Amino acid sequence: MSKAFTPTADRPGVITGNDLREGHNLWMCDGGWTPDPRRATLFEDEAIAELALLEAIGQPGVIVGPYLVEAKRGPDGPEPVHFREAFRQRGPSNYFHGIQADRRTAEAQKTESAHV
Amino acid sequence: MFDIRPVETDYVRQRAAEFRAQVARRLDGSLTEDEFKPLRLMNGVYLQLHAYMLRVAIPYGTISPDQMRTLALLAEKWDKGYGHWTTRQNIQFNWPKLVDIPDMLDALADVGMHAIQTSGNTIRNVTTDAFAGAAFDEAADPRPYAELLRSWSTDHAEFQFLPRKFKIAISGGKKDRAVIAAHDIGLRLTERDGKTGFEVWIGGGLGRTPLLGQVVRDFLPEEDLLPYVEAIIATYNLAGRRDNKYKARIKITVLERGLDVMRAEIEEEFLARRRDFHGADRDALAVFKDRFRAPSFRNAPVDGYEAERQANPAFRSWSDTNLHQHRVDGYASVVVTFKAPGQTPGDASADQMRLLADLAERYGHHDLRVMHDQNVALPHVHKSDLPALYAALREAGLATANAGLTSDIIACPGMDYCALATARSIPIAEEIADHFRTLGLEQEIGNLNIRISGCINACGHHHLGHIGILGLDRAGVENYQITLGGDAYDIPAIGERAGAGFPAEQVVPAIDRLLRAYLEVRQDPSERFIDAYRRLGQAPFKAALYPVAADA
Repeated sequence: MSKAFTPTADRPGVITGNDLREGHNLWMCDGGWTPDPRRATLFEDEAIAELALLEAIGQPGVIVGPYLVEAKRGPDGPEPVHFREAFRQRGPSNYFHGIQADRRTAEAQKTESAHV
Repeated sequence: MFDIRPVETDYVRQRAAEFRAQVARRLDGSLTEDEFKPLRLMNGVYLQLHAYMLRVAIPYGTISPDQMRTLALLAEKWDKGYGHWTTRQNIQFNWPKLVDIPDMLDALADVGMHAIQTSGNTIRNVTTDAFAGAAFDEAADPRPYAELLRSWSTDHAEFQFLPRKFKIAISGGKKDRAVIAAHDIGLRLTERDGKTGFEVWIGGGLGRTPLLGQVVRDFLPEEDLLPYVEAIIATYNLAGRRDNKYKARIKITVLERGLDVMRAEIEEEFLARRRDFHGADRDALAVFKDRFRAPSFRNAPVDGYEAERQANPAFRSWSDTNLHQHRVDGYASVVVTFKAPGQTPGDASADQMRLLADLAERYGHHDLRVMHDQNVALPHVHKSDLPALYAALREAGLATANAGLTSDIIACPGMDYCALATARSIPIAEEIADHFRTLGLEQEIGNLNIRISGCINACGHHHLGHIGILGLDRAGVENYQITLGGDAYDIPAIGERAGAGFPAEQVVPAIDRLLRAYLEVRQDPSERFIDAYRRLGQAPFKAALYPVAADA
């Protein structure tokens, strides 16, 4: 687990944790939760971020162990800074499991529905 | 063969029902995560990097075909089709959903299995020699004693909240294959004046302070096993440090207080506790000895085995490497390695598990053992059945002839799965194995134990590897420290750190230089890496690892 992190404009962050019922990783997005890290809300203000973290901690029926962690702005949304978070956002390196697989399934479904 | 007593099945069913109710209370908000966490950990449920993880106990690695089929069912129905053998002879499932785990525990209870005490500060799974009851060099079969310890330690009220987790290993062979020197308590079966007993070790362990255990009692008669082990743990329970998690294992208690102080307190406690044992433990031991009686071994010719060895070089190579000498003529113990090319060390698919169950029934007297090096053994196979067994294993990708060789690497899940990890282990293991296979050097190098841990907690037992690799986070980059000269078996030793760590992409070149240096300096092919290291010391190997520094 990362040490307590406080975001600033120079070093923004996201709030992440695990889904209580199923265990997969989730990111805070507009006050709700998304399994897509690129849609996560990027916090640049310490006070707003800490308030949002308190809000997350107040949802124990949804999220387990929410924490603030550094992220950077990318073309498609927030990107990880530390390799641990990069693995959390992708899945394991030995199998095509976890978020990388879920994303491919979601994209395939999107393409399929677009063709209907 | 291990048979399941109905009373125990009832007990694990009851525990599974209890956990189902706890999960329901967590989901409806009656329990907070802080309240729920210790309850889930008592049932082997962790929350890892991508998902929950369920660790299922396989007591002393002994598992029946039906139990193995149930593990296959769990893998297929509630996980992603595979499980991972651990260095405590257990199995982990990496992707269960919390809402499904009560159903998984029910399925396990049907075959007398559970996940109790696979986590938490309790007495964990008792481990032993995977060839127990089969090994040629055995003083006595350790499994009845392991079962006695298991049934005594399960739900032992006094020992549910120890200062820290507690691990016991028991070994029956002249050669220690259970790594007793690296355990909180290590028990070595021995004989004195015609009586069976134990050499008792305490205070061993790996992790951030690796220490080998010390002998606290050189002979303990077998009938005193439980009172003495209880005295050790009771002494530790009071004297162990609860103020600092990193100093809470018994190894630190022994180190700080001294072996003699500990021994005196243990012996005093033992005399007091022995009075409270009125023979039920001895009666249970007699029952367990009967339960673990040897199967009816066959007496049949082995001509077919010898003929196949002559005719089939691949079979010969596999039988040279993956068989262990059996105490009965005409039999062998078979090591099925889960270290095939491109395979994650210790991962078994549901199909592979089912095949092992079938093969154990057909050729192996219904007996299977999960090994601490993340392989599986069929302890009793008649040699005449080996060609057919080999053919079946080969078809399933399970006949890799590499037991004890370079690619038979122990690796923890590392940062591909584990929330505690500081770096990945699995890709490093795969790259090293691929490299030496591709070069065709594996047979030439011979026996070599490479062990990789993805953090200082040392689940991959890197300190005991002839070559140990420890993955760390150095300023936000994966970095790997190499230790040399560790040994789990012949002369237990903690490896020594060779020097500065390597970035991930430099690990394989470093190990390549190291093993080429070994091939240069060894006296002959019978001198293993560890033997050459002991003879020459670290200098030539360190020079190979750090060539620039050596030239400077």
